[in-house]
Amino acid sequence: MNLLEENTVTEDGQFVINIGPQHPSTHGVLHLKAWLDGETIQKLQPHLGYIHRSIEKMSERLSYRNFIYATSRMDYLSAHINNQACALAVEKGLQIQAPPRAQAIRVLLAELTRLSSHQLWWGCTGLDLGAVTPFFYAFREREAIMDIMEETCGARLTQNFCVPGGVMYDVHPNFVSRVRDIIKQVREKFKEYDEILTGNVIFENRTKGVGYISAEDVISYGVTGPAARGSGVSCDVRKWFPYDGYEQLDFNEILADGGDCYARYMVRMEEMKQSANIIEQLIDNLPEGDFQAKSKTLLKLPKGEFYQRVETARGELGVYIVSEGGATPYRIKYRSPNFSNLSALEEMTIGSKIGDLMAIMSTLDLVIPDIDR
Amino acid sequence: MERTIFLTISFSSIAASVHQWLSNAIHADIGVKVIELVIVGVCLLLFLVPLCFFLGYMERKVAAFMQMRLGPNRVGPKGSLQIVADTVKLLMKEGLTPAASDRFLFNMAPMIVVVASMLVMAPIAFAKDFQIWDISIGVLYVSSISSLAVIGILMAGWSSYNKYSLLGAMRSGAQIVSYELSVGLSLISIVILAGSLRMSDIVMSQQDGWWIFKGHIPAIISFVIFLIASTAEINRAPFDLAEAEQELTAGFHTEYSGMKFAMFLLAEYINLFVVSAIAATLFLGGWMPFHIGHWQTFNQVMDLIPSSIWFMGKTFFIIFIIMQFRWTFPRLRIDQLLTLEWKYLLPISMLNTLLVTCMAIFGWHF
Repeated sequence: MNLLEENTVTEDGQFVINIGPQHPSTHGVLHLKAWLDGETIQKLQPHLGYIHRSIEKMSERLSYRNFIYATSRMDYLSAHINNQACALAVEKGLQIQAPPRAQAIRVLLAELTRLSSHQLWWGCTGLDLGAVTPFFYAFREREAIMDIMEETCGARLTQNFCVPGGVMYDVHPNFVSRVRDIIKQVREKFKEYDEILTGNVIFENRTKGVGYISAEDVISYGVTGPAARGSGVSCDVRKWFPYDGYEQLDFNEILADGGDCYARYMVRMEEMKQSANIIEQLIDNLPEGDFQAKSKTLLKLPKGEFYQRVETARGELGVYIVSEGGATPYRIKYRSPNFSNLSALEEMTIGSKIGDLMAIMSTLDLVIPDIDR
Repeated sequence: MERTIFLTISFSSIAASVHQWLSNAIHADIGVKVIELVIVGVCLLLFLVPLCFFLGYMERKVAAFMQMRLGPNRVGPKGSLQIVADTVKLLMKEGLTPAASDRFLFNMAPMIVVVASMLVMAPIAFAKDFQIWDISIGVLYVSSISSLAVIGILMAGWSSYNKYSLLGAMRSGAQIVSYELSVGLSLISIVILAGSLRMSDIVMSQQDGWWIFKGHIPAIISFVIFLIASTAEINRAPFDLAEAEQELTAGFHTEYSGMKFAMFLLAEYINLFVVSAIAATLFLGGWMPFHIGHWQTFNQVMDLIPSSIWFMGKTFFIIFIIMQFRWTFPRLRIDQLLTLEWKYLLPISMLNTLLVTCMAIFGWHF
């Protein structure tokens, strides 16, 4: 075999392995090059670009109504929240506001998305640590949420339900009762989640003290979302820059100060409960009225720059639109949470074992298409 | 009258009559030996292959039960032929050998693993007086032969010319060598109590009660240690670091496909059976029925159940426990795995052996 020496063993005896792009626990086509000393990681280099689809460039040719739906394919587990961010950015440019009912529906779907995304993450964390059973427990509730999505939006994963000025349709007549049922079910099953994974002594050993990152490093790497809140950095966009009526809702920003995998895990587990809280508050008093604000068929944004940030299940997503006054954006830039979170991976991983790398990656909850876009 | 006929036909009587018939037919002693060896080999294969099919099926059904799924349910009644279909698929697959691999070692490794696990079957007493080889050092034989498998695993990892395989093999080496100590010590505690290394003697010593009941708490401790350590020794979750799917894709057998891969799978299930059978023999009385002191009627009813069923029942009970481990726990990390052995299991089992020795000297056990 004619492998280059530098790709197998370095001069000082470090063993080089390529984790990915095809690997069971990179959850996508992420390629990590790791320099090992025995099993200890000395250096880690993420290689990106395997799933780059130039969504930003594509958006320049799409109208303000259409470009929203390309973002469903970025962070596909938070598809609705991505759509919401784009819709909000366009609304900012048009200087319209979604009616209260539309806002409530958006937030309901966003929190359901967050709940189902965190459930998938919980199952995958178990899977990455070698416990297969939690995955099926997580999918039981996630499937029920997906069914609600299907009934309401017509799609399970890429909901595409947001339009500038509201949502596409009113909710399905069954929506309210089904959401009530699923929240009841989810609240009951949280105990099961804790029994099978959280309280397990092997799980605690695998996550406590693993993948530590300090609050200063979190800020300097631009880590956001539960990964940052696990280090005690308050960064919930829903609290700091409320949108779509989050300011009227009663929920807590979950902070932990461990900075390790266990802290990030606990933050997400608590966030699921907070999402359930928000849904409970909204589902009982869904405002009456229109589900869409009146707007022209062909949207034209005034010349200028518009920025909107939202809190996806993984962190802060920013949508930056530069408009020249035409029917399509001049330039679009997404500030995706996973890209910044990935940049902190090496900082967290150096000195850990290969097994820890899987734990760290799973608590960062990376979605690879969102990194490459 | 019919009942007595039913009771007299047992595995041991069949074996004895076959031996009788062969000795009458062939006068040369060596001829009888050779033919009997062939018969034993064929019978063992005929027993092991369906056993592994069943264990594979059982594992998938247990997993499905724990994960709220149905498990295999398409091929055959209740999916029972699924594993047969899988085997046919594996037979038809191309047995790929990587270009850069050491072909000889690469192809030999699965054989060594399977042969090592099959050899351990020899001293196991499947039923009353039904044993392939009642060797006088049965327990020593078991613990030494079972450690041969690590050679096959190291060979597979080294010869594959794959970094993941190599890492898996390194882990496996460290793991099996460490956990053997605890397995050995917990076996020794029963040897001390029974006073013999011979498997049949150990089973006979449990006539009035299984060691797990007779040996007080130390026997229970060594039973638990044996279960943990042997789960680690046969590379099953939560100690499946050698093939840690999420870290090393498939560990030492990453490069294997087709029948060579199936042989590793076969060896895994044979090992699972062997470990459970040894635990059943040493701690749960092997084929010995369950007796309670002076309850004559109860004991007689228990005796009516054939000894082979007792043995299989106990073995599958332990297999079921080990399968539940796999579907409940996350995996340990390599340093935690070694910490568990060297800092906890080994000191505890050493102390436990001391306790058992005192117990045996002073005759504190029942």
